[in-house]
Amino acid sequence: MQPTTTRPSPAVAAKKIPGEEGVWIFILGDVCVFAVFFTYYLVQRSKHVDLFDLSQSALNKNFGAVNTVLLLISSLLVVLAVRAMRGAEQTVAQRLIVGAFLCGVAFIIVKVFEYSERIAAQQIPTTNGFFLLYFVLTGLHLFHLIIGLGVLTALFFLARKADLSEHQWAFFEGGACFWHMVDLLWLVLFPLIFLVR
Amino acid sequence: MTALLRTPATAVWVVLITATGVSWTLGIQHGTHDHKLASVIILLIAFIKVRLVGMYFMELREAPNVLRGLFEAYCLIVCTLLVTVFLWL
Repeated sequence: MQPTTTRPSPAVAAKKIPGEEGVWIFILGDVCVFAVFFTYYLVQRSKHVDLFDLSQSALNKNFGAVNTVLLLISSLLVVLAVRAMRGAEQTVAQRLIVGAFLCGVAFIIVKVFEYSERIAAQQIPTTNGFFLLYFVLTGLHLFHLIIGLGVLTALFFLARKADLSEHQWAFFEGGACFWHMVDLLWLVLFPLIFLVR
Repeated sequence: MTALLRTPATAVWVVLITATGVSWTLGIQHGTHDHKLASVIILLIAFIKVRLVGMYFMELREAPNVLRGLFEAYCLIVCTLLVTVFLWL
């Protein structure tokens, strides 16, 4: 007897929205809100170019770069986890998700070191407009990342199931896309705040 | 595991890491280099990376045209907006 499964075949998956429509309304809405923040940052910078450039020079660019690599690794691991699930390799998928989760935790640890450096140097949100935006924007991103870790935890438990329902598959793919969004936002935030001058 | 890695997303990941290295190198340059030009290149690279993540990691290249189009438009509009604000404000 053939095992019943709702795992989508590649042909079916090729023509559909990854995840649920609701997830995409949230993702597109969220990236649009961040687009407003990105623009606001550059508008504020244009009013105080010297202050922003001087303040930016105090940031440790290595921390930002390491965090970019960590999120890119975690995103690839999530892509591979989705592929593993499609190939019915639950154990491999679980390990890949744990790897992605650990990259997220490492991002937070690097962030703690980064924030500690700024606070030790008396560069806090009330110091000037640059540091206010630096803490607000990176803090908002960090908040998304922490939610993402919760989503990855849910994906880990879903990956333990042999057969996912259509709804569970949509959640799995949508959750993966949420994690990629966390990566995507950082891919703009890092160059914008740390490098552009 | 080797079979899992045989996907365009893996090649895209190598491009993303390389592009990050290029941006970082441009961003840490000191001296009399043209910072404005370097910054515009850094912003362009950032949105090329965003598009690659959308198309290959989020699988939008296989999604319905409306969703893919919205994402492509987002990349183009926000990148143009940021470069414009950076250069002319």
